[in-house]
Amino acid sequence: MDFIRDNLPYILAGISVGGQYALIAIGYTMVYGILRLINFAHGDMFMIAGLMGVYAVTWMPLYLAIPFVIIFTVVLGFLIERAAYRPLRNAPRMSVMISAIGVSYLLQNLALYVTGGLTKTYPTIPWISSTITVFGATTKVVTVITPILTIALVVLLMILIHKTKIGMAMRAVSRDFETSRLMGIQIDSVISMTFIIGSFLAAVGSILYFSNYTGVMPTAGAMPGLKAFVAAVFGGIGSIPGAVIGAFIIGICENIIKGMGLTTFSDAFTFAFLIIILIVRPSGLFGEKNIDKV
Amino acid sequence: MLKIENLNVHYGGIHALRGVNMHIEQGKIISLIGANGAGKSTTLRSIMGLVPKSDGKVIYKGEDITTTPTIKIVKGGISLTPEGRKVFPDLTVKENLLLGAYLRKNKAEIQKDLEWVYELFPRLLEREWQIAATLSGGEQQMLAVGRSLMSRPQLLMMDEPSLGLAPIIVKGIFDIIKQINEAGVSVLLIEQNAKAALEISDYAYVLETGTVVLEGPGKELITNDEVKKAYLGA
Repeated sequence: MDFIRDNLPYILAGISVGGQYALIAIGYTMVYGILRLINFAHGDMFMIAGLMGVYAVTWMPLYLAIPFVIIFTVVLGFLIERAAYRPLRNAPRMSVMISAIGVSYLLQNLALYVTGGLTKTYPTIPWISSTITVFGATTKVVTVITPILTIALVVLLMILIHKTKIGMAMRAVSRDFETSRLMGIQIDSVISMTFIIGSFLAAVGSILYFSNYTGVMPTAGAMPGLKAFVAAVFGGIGSIPGAVIGAFIIGICENIIKGMGLTTFSDAFTFAFLIIILIVRPSGLFGEKNIDKV
Repeated sequence: MLKIENLNVHYGGIHALRGVNMHIEQGKIISLIGANGAGKSTTLRSIMGLVPKSDGKVIYKGEDITTTPTIKIVKGGISLTPEGRKVFPDLTVKENLLLGAYLRKNKAEIQKDLEWVYELFPRLLEREWQIAATLSGGEQQMLAVGRSLMSRPQLLMMDEPSLGLAPIIVKGIFDIIKQINEAGVSVLLIEQNAKAALEISDYAYVLETGTVVLEGPGKELITNDEVKKAYLGA
């Protein structure tokens, strides 16, 4: 109990950042589930969403800026899939992956060009940036609403995937393109849908994340993106609940390590963790045993 | 109903179909027999638009569907039950069946067909909520056929529905094929089990290395010496 009381601020911060990682990790894991592609550009999409948040508030009032950022990111995700991945649908998987790396650098350099390499400060969103006290620990409101919002979105997503027709089609396509086509499913629209959902969640994640860590720079997507990716691998890439649980575990562990005064090692921990997972349980917590498509 | 003219398919450097001509009449059971690698599956897959054709024409109900995308062919009333069942393993039996009706909108009609499929295959009703991966091979084949029927096809093409099934189940499958045909569905059947296929077929084609070498009414082909020697083991 003492441990929890002493570390409460860190645990809260961990749950919060874990929720933000989770929102990014879902995008990785869903795209992998359907295309068997690790979308390296996903972390940079998250950064672009953050940057767009910085600019959008200078163009329009906040209540319009937030939906604008989300819609912009969704459209961007959709267009990236159209332009960089769809033409390579029948190409070897390695080509698609290289295309993804290309998109990642394109977005980073575009951001570098636009910002001139300067760190932009994310706008303060009233209410979610204000401080509150939870069980004696002082924190931002965003810390508390992140996990709640994350869980709510994940529940909605699970309902979409398991209870709706498009969800059924997504599960079918993730298993077998050709048979799905024989059912009359339009593979391309199902894949587009996956990118739309992933980008939407990354955009929401970016609003929460950058409200907390307010510096947006061209490489700002790299670290959270990488950690979300580790979370997705830990949970078993392709599994949505796995990615969410993985993200919370990584977020909490990371912050407890920071709380122990080992901030310098908190990132090293995450990647050491990745290596250990890959050795001990390559398929992750909830992953399929056989990664390759049969 | 379906006319295939001079169909040619190249498959990664192999000339898999060399000018196949076939005619599937409305309301009939037509079978396509031949050894492994003769091009039977390729014929069906290229009709569905899953394999690009290098030459030839496919005419369905007077319409040229040679380059029509798969989704439109399915909508037009052709369904393929793929080789090796290919049920979606982590979806339930009911979800698999509903995917078969993916392009249909009328819920009442879908429900009616679902009941019809359960009538044909009572086993599927018993296992309605089970994950398809937990079904036996025979049950998965029933599911694959039922799923095809859910699109309410006018032409049902089946790729080796008896593959790997116990003889008693094979007989059941052939009975069902007849029943489906009696309900007004034309059937194009690929079979290794040539005898059983020819017995229920109105007409049959024998495919060898990508060309039709023999054709005729099923009953006639059964007594044909060449067919006997090559496919019936007599």
